Amino acid sequence: MDSTFVDTPPTSQGGVPDSRPEHPPEIPLAIHDLTVAYHRKPVLWDVELNIPEGKLVGIVGPNGAGKSTLLKACLDLVPITSGWAHVYGKSYKKHRHLVGYVPQRESVDWDFPVSALDVVAMGTYRHIGWFRRVGKKQKEAARDALEQVGIGHLADRQISQLSGGQQQRVFLARALVQDAQLYLMDEPFAAVDAATEQAIVALLRELNARGKTVLVVHHDLATVSKYFDWLVLLNMRVVASGPTEETFTRENLQKTYGGKLDLLEDAAEALRHVV
Amino acid sequence: MNFPEFSDILEVVTLRNYNTALVVLSTALLGIASGLIGAFLLLRKRSLMGDALSHATLPGIGIAFMIMVSLGYSGKSLPGLLAGASISGIAGVLLMLLIRNTTRLRDDVGMGFVLSVFFGIGVAVLSMAQNIPGANAAGLESFIYGKAASIIMSDFVLIAGVAVFASIASVLFLKEFTLLCFDEAFARSEGWPTLLLDIFILILVTAVTVIGLQSVGLILVIAFLITPPTAARFWTHKLTHMLLFSALFGLVSGWLGASISALIPELPAGAVIVLVAASLFLISMMCAPARGVIPRFLRQSRLRKKVDRQHFLRAAFELVEAQSNEVDGSVVNIPFSWEALLKKRTWSAKKLKSILRVAQREDHLEPAGQGMLRLSEPGFGEAARVTRNHRLWETYLIKHADIAPSHVDRDADMVEHILGAEMVRQLEADLSKREVEVTMPPSPHQIQQSPAPTES
Repeated sequence: MDSTFVDTPPTSQGGVPDSRPEHPPEIPLAIHDLTVAYHRKPVLWDVELNIPEGKLVGIVGPNGAGKSTLLKACLDLVPITSGWAHVYGKSYKKHRHLVGYVPQRESVDWDFPVSALDVVAMGTYRHIGWFRRVGKKQKEAARDALEQVGIGHLADRQISQLSGGQQQRVFLARALVQDAQLYLMDEPFAAVDAATEQAIVALLRELNARGKTVLVVHHDLATVSKYFDWLVLLNMRVVASGPTEETFTRENLQKTYGGKLDLLEDAAEALRHVV
Repeated sequence: MNFPEFSDILEVVTLRNYNTALVVLSTALLGIASGLIGAFLLLRKRSLMGDALSHATLPGIGIAFMIMVSLGYSGKSLPGLLAGASISGIAGVLLMLLIRNTTRLRDDVGMGFVLSVFFGIGVAVLSMAQNIPGANAAGLESFIYGKAASIIMSDFVLIAGVAVFASIASVLFLKEFTLLCFDEAFARSEGWPTLLLDIFILILVTAVTVIGLQSVGLILVIAFLITPPTAARFWTHKLTHMLLFSALFGLVSGWLGASISALIPELPAGAVIVLVAASLFLISMMCAPARGVIPRFLRQSRLRKKVDRQHFLRAAFELVEAQSNEVDGSVVNIPFSWEALLKKRTWSAKKLKSILRVAQREDHLEPAGQGMLRLSEPGFGEAARVTRNHRLWETYLIKHADIAPSHVDRDADMVEHILGAEMVRQLEADLSKREVEVTMPPSPHQIQQSPAPTES
């Protein structure tokens, strides 16, 4: 595998977005020739991706396909081996105020001594800046966001006393107060109850209706065509990317999941709806 | 061991003795600082790193001594020794970070490695220092176990200065440290310099460790950093309160520990301070209202009793209701048999007997003769109320299944409080209409409604 990786001819052309006509400069997320490797083993390679404005995008692929890594690479959270990811035509550093991030729920310790409101208020910290405390205005915004995700009555509850679905809603509320243009969400539907899943979908659609672009790492093939209007099929490289009705085909899924596809019950179920 | 007179105790605790006042005040300030920064060390899940750090200070002490001696100084200057301790402590931390970031070894391996290797080097360097001709290295080993009584005015100024600085920094960076400790990835995605913040926390920990070497010693100083915040966590779910409790516990441990040690010279300050902190921890673990063991046990048993009481009242009311329905349709408080009550739920005879004893004590139940039981006047009213509220909850769950799960608290007493008057009115209307689509679940929560007058 290493040799394949090394032999891949370099496609980077100096990293200037304008020199590559296939990446329109003002789209929410443009990824070019992105390769990420952990411990000599590539996790993502040669990823080319354009995410158009105002889409509700699902990123789907098997375990270990690099879905989370793709988000983290866009957010400068993992070192990039080659290539770049640009947000609205600029590096993430310059345009991070346009991006909201929802990490995986299990990535934090939910026994931490803070309330739901405190966590949501963290989304306002970058506006507040160094040393200053969370003010009335920010608390108000956090409370509104909690109302929006349907758990306004739990604002003052300590986060360990929330159910998994409620914790996920807290994370979404924190992303809402970030007031971004592009949202990157890492498995927001993982292990939540049906009511929460519906609430999250409704929220995503609302964000979408307000012109925001939303990228969601997703694992449930059965709901892909219902939730997303744009789809990225990922397995270390991009297998396919485009409008869901064109991309979500048996052939593409076969290429993404390989032999594993037949073993996945929900995939089999999903394929029944595929043309 | 001679136990001190009361007047001595008063003199020490109220800081009227100049020498002990310096010791007590410096350990108290140290306690506040370590309580505050220790809380962040704990929340960052780096407690063990603090332990490795304190052990890594030892070589620095020995090397600083040798350098100062070779330059012609006495070698015992505290700022010089502590500077050496800081440098080798930080070197230890950097080595840990290096091991973590460049190899695939787990965190604890790096910590164990740094802790033992640096401590080993330190012991070797100290014994070499003892053998330098013309230099008096006696007393250097007191940094291992601490020797609070040796604190003099210039030491106090240094310790107090660093402690105050570390405390102010912890409070100033409250928001940033909280974000880092809770969700590092999010903090980084928001552009906060998480690596610098992490290093700053470790520098503050180093500072507090180093000024704690003289009084508490490098082996025990970690307890001073970790015990107060761990104890504080039992008292509260709020970070700011946790910091306050932690600082308070650190203050009390330092103050009391140094005072006791001053009164009973056989007891070294470091050990007593740690024991005081451990006692505070034990008390917190057992008694703290928010997360303590005993309050949690009491809460659970209170809840169990409440559930038992509501179960009994509802079972009794439903029995009475079913029997009086057969008679004429309205619910009359008629006697029922013990056997019928026993069959109503899956409770053992023993359990039911104890529930009934409580019910009798609360004047909800009275004997009705011939082995029959009857609800008392207040018991009947209470039973009707509990049953009604329970049915409201059940109606709510069935009619509003979409929003219900996050709002439901099955405690009958909470129905108005949680759902609000408007919702309760609506549910009552639903309940009395007996709408067709509201099909009630079967046994064990059998619901038999008193028929509305219109429906006879």
